[in-house]
Parts: sequence; C-alpha cells; structure tokens
Amino acid sequence: MKKIIAVLMLLCMVVSLVACNKFDPAAKSEGVMTYAEYDAAAMDAEVVIEAYVQATQSWWDNKITAYLQDPDGAYFCYEMACSEADAAKLTAGTKIKVKGYKGEWAGEVEIMNATFEFVESEKWVAEATDVTAFLGKDELIKHQNKFVTFKGLTVVSVEYKNGEPGDDIYVTVSKDGAEYSFCVERYLTDPDTAVYKAVGELKAGDTVDIDGFLYWYEGVNTHITNVVKK
Amino acid sequence: MKRLICAFIALVLCLACLSGCHGSKRQELFEIPEEFDTSKQYEITFWAKNDTNLTQVAIYKKAVADFEALYPNVKVTLRLYTDYGRIYSDVITNIATGTTPNVCITYPDHIATYLTGDNTVVPLDELMDDERFGLGGSEVRFESPKQDEIIEKYLDEGMIGDEHYALPFLRSTEACYVNKTFVEKLGFTLPEVLTWDFIWEVCEKAVEKDADGNFIVNGQPTLLPCIYKSTDNMMIQILRQQGADYSTAEGEIGLFNDTARGFLLDLADHTANGEFSTFKISSYPANFLNAGQCIFAIDSTAGATWMGSDAPLIDIAEDRLVEFETAVMTVPQFDTENPTMISQGPSVCIFNKPDHGEVLASWLFAQFLLTNDVQISYAQTEGYVPVTSKAQSSPEYLDYLSREGEDGDMYYDIKLKATKLTLDYTEKTFVTPVFNGSASLRNAAGQLIEEVTKATRRGKTVDDEYIDSLYDEMISLYRLDGIGAGSGERAELGELPPTSVMLLSLIAAAWVFIGIYVLVQTLKKRKNQGNT
Repeated sequence: MKKIIAVLMLLCMVVSLVACNKFDPAAKSEGVMTYAEYDAAAMDAEVVIEAYVQATQSWWDNKITAYLQDPDGAYFCYEMACSEADAAKLTAGTKIKVKGYKGEWAGEVEIMNATFEFVESEKWVAEATDVTAFLGKDELIKHQNKFVTFKGLTVVSVEYKNGEPGDDIYVTVSKDGAEYSFCVERYLTDPDTAVYKAVGELKAGDTVDIDGFLYWYEGVNTHITNVVKK
Repeated sequence: MKRLICAFIALVLCLACLSGCHGSKRQELFEIPEEFDTSKQYEITFWAKNDTNLTQVAIYKKAVADFEALYPNVKVTLRLYTDYGRIYSDVITNIATGTTPNVCITYPDHIATYLTGDNTVVPLDELMDDERFGLGGSEVRFESPKQDEIIEKYLDEGMIGDEHYALPFLRSTEACYVNKTFVEKLGFTLPEVLTWDFIWEVCEKAVEKDADGNFIVNGQPTLLPCIYKSTDNMMIQILRQQGADYSTAEGEIGLFNDTARGFLLDLADHTANGEFSTFKISSYPANFLNAGQCIFAIDSTAGATWMGSDAPLIDIAEDRLVEFETAVMTVPQFDTENPTMISQGPSVCIFNKPDHGEVLASWLFAQFLLTNDVQISYAQTEGYVPVTSKAQSSPEYLDYLSREGEDGDMYYDIKLKATKLTLDYTEKTFVTPVFNGSASLRNAAGQLIEEVTKATRRGKTVDDEYIDSLYDEMISLYRLDGIGAGSGERAELGELPPTSVMLLSLIAAAWVFIGIYVLVQTLKKRKNQGNT
C-alpha cells in the first residue's frame, strides 16, 4: 500500500511539474506592455512590447519590417534596425522584445524607429482569425495586423503594379456588393513564391479564400500570404 | 649559381604575375568603335523608374519596341522600378559583381558614387560630339536632338567634374498644392509668391478646434495643415533661398550651420502646434489634401496627377474626397523678389562594358530617349517637362500646353499648371554640387527635418543642445566627416599589407641579385680578357 501511495505521489508531482512549466504564449517580461496597454498608448508614445514573429519582409539596408503577434493582438514593426545575421534568425514563432514609437502611416498603426532583442521562449505561431464577417464594419480594424482569413471573396481585378510580374500585385475583391483592395507585397512574398504565382493567375469572377496579414493603407489592404481558388 | 639565380628570378616574376591576377580586372576605358556592327546581336538592359504610373511603363515599352525596330540587332530588356533608392542599391550591388545594367535611370548624386568603381560609368562628352553616332549624328537612325537642342541648364546637371556622365531625361521641380478654399475660409488671400511666414500664419489659424475637438476649418478630427513630401529638398531649398551654405563643388560640407539650426528650431515650434508633418511620418500629402485634411501639400510637379478633388489618380476612398479649389504655387520662399527652387527629375547614364559595340548600342538607346516622341509622351504623364528645346517648341507639345483643363485626364488642369510652373521657372531652378558623398549629404539634410519633427511629436525637448547632438549624430550616421574638405585630397592609406611588403622585398632582392650577377659576369669577362 505504501508503495502504491508513493507511486501516486510521485505521479502527482510529475503532473504538477509539467503543469507548472506549461508554456504561456501571452506571458510578458517585466516592464513590457500588454497588448491592451499598447493599444491604449497615444500616437508617438514610446512603446515596449514582446511578441512572436509571424513573418518578415526582406532585409534591406540594415533594416527589417516584421509582422508580430501574441495571443491578444498584432503589431507591425516598420523598418526595425536589424543586422543581416539577426534577420536570418527572425523565423516564424520567434519571440522578440521590441522598443520603439507608436505611429500611424496612412491608417496603419505601427511601431517605428524600433530596436529589438531576442527573448528565450518556445515558438508560437498564430492561427488565422476568420474576419470575413467584419468586412465593411468598424470592428475589422480591431484586428489590424493580425494573421487573418477571408472566406468566399470574389475577385474583381488583379493588376501588377508595373503592368507585369516583378513588383507588388494589387488585388480588388468583393463581398456582399462592396469592394476591397488587397495586395501581394513583393517584399513579403516575392515573385518566386507560390502565392505570387497563384494570385497572378486569378481571373475576375473567381471565388477565393484568402489568408494574410491585416495591413492598412487608407483602408483595409491585406497583405496576402495564401490564396485558395474555390 | 646561374641556375639558382634564374630560378629565383622566375619565382619572383611568377609571384608578381599571380598577385596581379588576384586583384579585380581593370575595366578598359571606352573608345568609340569605327563602325556599329549591325551583323552582331547585342542584348542590353535598361533599368527604368516610373512613378507607379502604368502609362509611363507603356511609354518605356513603346520606346524599346520602336528602338528595336530601328536597330533589329539590339534587344533591350526593361527592368522596372518605382523607387530611385532601390535602383541605387541594386546598381551598387551589381558593380561589385560586374553585372551592372547597360542603361539606367538615375540621379547625378548616385552616379558620383558609381564612379568610385573602375571606369564603371561611361563619360559622354566624346559620344555626344561624335559626328557619326553623337547627338544629331549622321549615322543615327532616328531624329536625334543636336547638343544645342538640349536645354543647357539641364545638360549641365549631368556634369561631374569636367565631364558629362548623364543625359537629362525629364525635369520637374517642387510645387505647393494649396487648398485655396480653406485658405480663404480662414480669412486669408493667397499672395503672388508663397512665403514660409504666410504658410505658418495660415497654419496657426487652421489648427483652431471647436468644442467637440474637431478642426473648425474642415470639421474633421484630423488636420495636418502643411505636409512636405521630400524633406531633403525642403532643407536644401531653405538654405539656398537664404544664401546659406550646403556644400561646395569640392565637397566641403556646410549643411550643419546656424541658418539650418534656426529653421529647425522654428519648425519644432510649428510641429508642436500640430501645423507640420512629413510624408515619412504621416503619408502622402496628396491623400491628406484630397480628404480636406491638409492645406499646403508640397510635392513634386511630377506628382500633380494625384493632387486635387478631381485628380485622375486617387488613393483614398471616394467617400473621403472633399471638394475644394486647388492652387498650384511655387514652393515657399524667403525672398519673394528672387524665388528659387530645386531642379529634379530622372537622368540617364551608361555603364561601361568590355564590348565597345555593346556600349555604343547603349548610347544609341539612351539618345533615343531624347527623341520628341518619347520626350513629349512621357512629359504628358505628369508635371514633367521635356529636356530638349526641340520637343518643348514642337507644335504637338505647344498644342498640349494650350489645352489646360479640357478634360480630367490628359489635360488635367492641375497637371498642366504644374508643368507650366516648371517651364516658367526653369531659370530659377538650381541643383546641388555632385561629388562622392553628395547622396549621403542629401539624405542627412532630409533626416535633420525628419528627426526634429519626430522628436517634437514624441514630446522631446528640441533646443540648441538637441540640435548640437543631432548634428553630431547625422555626421556620424552618414559618415560625413569622411568626406568634405578631404574629398579632393589623397587619402592616407596607412601601412602596406604584409603580403605587399614581402612581394616588394622579393622584387628588390631580385634586382640586387641581378645586379650582383651582372657585376660578377662583367668582372669575370674582364679577367678572362686580361688573361688573354
């Protein structure tokens, strides 16, 4: 009996230890803002956040633009100071601490003039949030910068920025009679990527599901990362 | 002994040859070929910049097709950019790998950096003067402008030192696009020449709010009365208009002076009052202007098609557009009797290649960009002006200018007004000196304004101490202490690397051995002669 009790106690301890070490992706270091605090911060205020890299645009001139998210919200870090070596380490799921200034450019709320440091952590990658129902509604902007998905959109037009493949692709889609401008951002998904090619082959009238980052440029302007033609 | 000395000399010579091979191969100076070999196929690349304007892309494509029809042995591959900075960066990368384009749209400031390579960019003087293939040359297969048909002021902008390294492609200047309706609603009348004093006076009045926190003038919660697109131009023009230093032709830096300081401190006050912002901080001036959220939008005349309630190119939702009257004015001045403004716009340079025939093909294509058809059609896409008097005085172009406001597209009144402003003030425009480092200096000039604006918005104290620190930071960031007065002098290169010291020592030792050998042989010979 004693042996059984001892084994049970040991089992309980193991379970407790595992529970104690459970990874909490929303955890923040001391002095770091929660998403709610960041959201409430005034424009031009200094901000310090921790979040997980979801994707980056191509590194250039010792700078990198990153799409970050934590379980509570998302952040767009525009042209963070970054060495080429560190840029290679900014893979999806990597946790970083970012210090910069909150700003707004053409409606896109972003962190400007930022620096960052790596935070030791397990990786965390966001599931796409379905925001189809929020299209055309004020609620959509609350999900700004998140990795999102839209279901059942109709392609209105697909235009290459320069009239031919190589640069951004402007995609106009419609839902319930309203049109929206989305974009394949070539520094996020370059012309060699599957999504760039897939979007280039879309035709007006196609029905599609689209995944991407909920970027803003004078209105919603999702940076497309995946498209599925129905 | 003889064998030993020979072996030693051979070793030294081999080492010398090998070390010579290790360095980068020198690019030969370009010489104009006797003939243009039409039996040979040439493939040239043209890196071109457009203003995110598909009509401009179509014009480039037509120019390529028309040129290829005239020269069937030349294939031109077009690579399109919408950003001069990216072209600059890509060219620098490709200089290192020897894969530069053949023809490239660029700024003279950038060419000055390209020239630090080894015969990288082709000087154009001999090509322009060549009787057969030069401007208006006898063997050119199209109606090319003669040198005196290119506006001299624009042609001279492509000079670096005593030589031309760029042909002007098109020219523009900056303009202030004013919401005249709001200015008058605020109780002001636009002067003939806009001044900074007038702008700040209007801005100060414009930022008054009602009890709900909306701006009285537009009834909206957002208003940035004055937005400047290119803050480098802003600083450069402010200094020039006040007769202050920027840089000398020799590359001495004068930017960090008290005139700049005074303007920056003044700008901080207006920024703190919510009167001023920049493109980099807030977004395109046109978007704010068209939404009734900006009164003075200062941007290139080549951005005119985006300006105004009825602009043919619009980036904001239709329901955000506000109806107002747009005035197109010169950039704000300090001396209204003597207005001055920047001359800007794309230029074309040619990169050197081992095959001189390929370079000649590049030159012919660059020259083709100055033909009336290309010049006029491209100029009509925006508030650009052709760079040749031949195009400017052509009936087709004069007809275009006479039709201001006939429609909202080709003859869009704001675009035509911006074009006429550029033409009317050609002689009042200026460019800054070009030298290796002038591109960095230009960036620093703009960054001073960006940093002061950001710091003010972020609640930092902008005073003399801040400006002192900012000057130091910019000098360091853009490495401006490494250029300037020293640019015309020989740089101190430091001690020779150990391998070079060893090689030179070996060569010296070889000569010593050769000398000893010759001396020994001579003495032996004399001795033998003496014995006989």
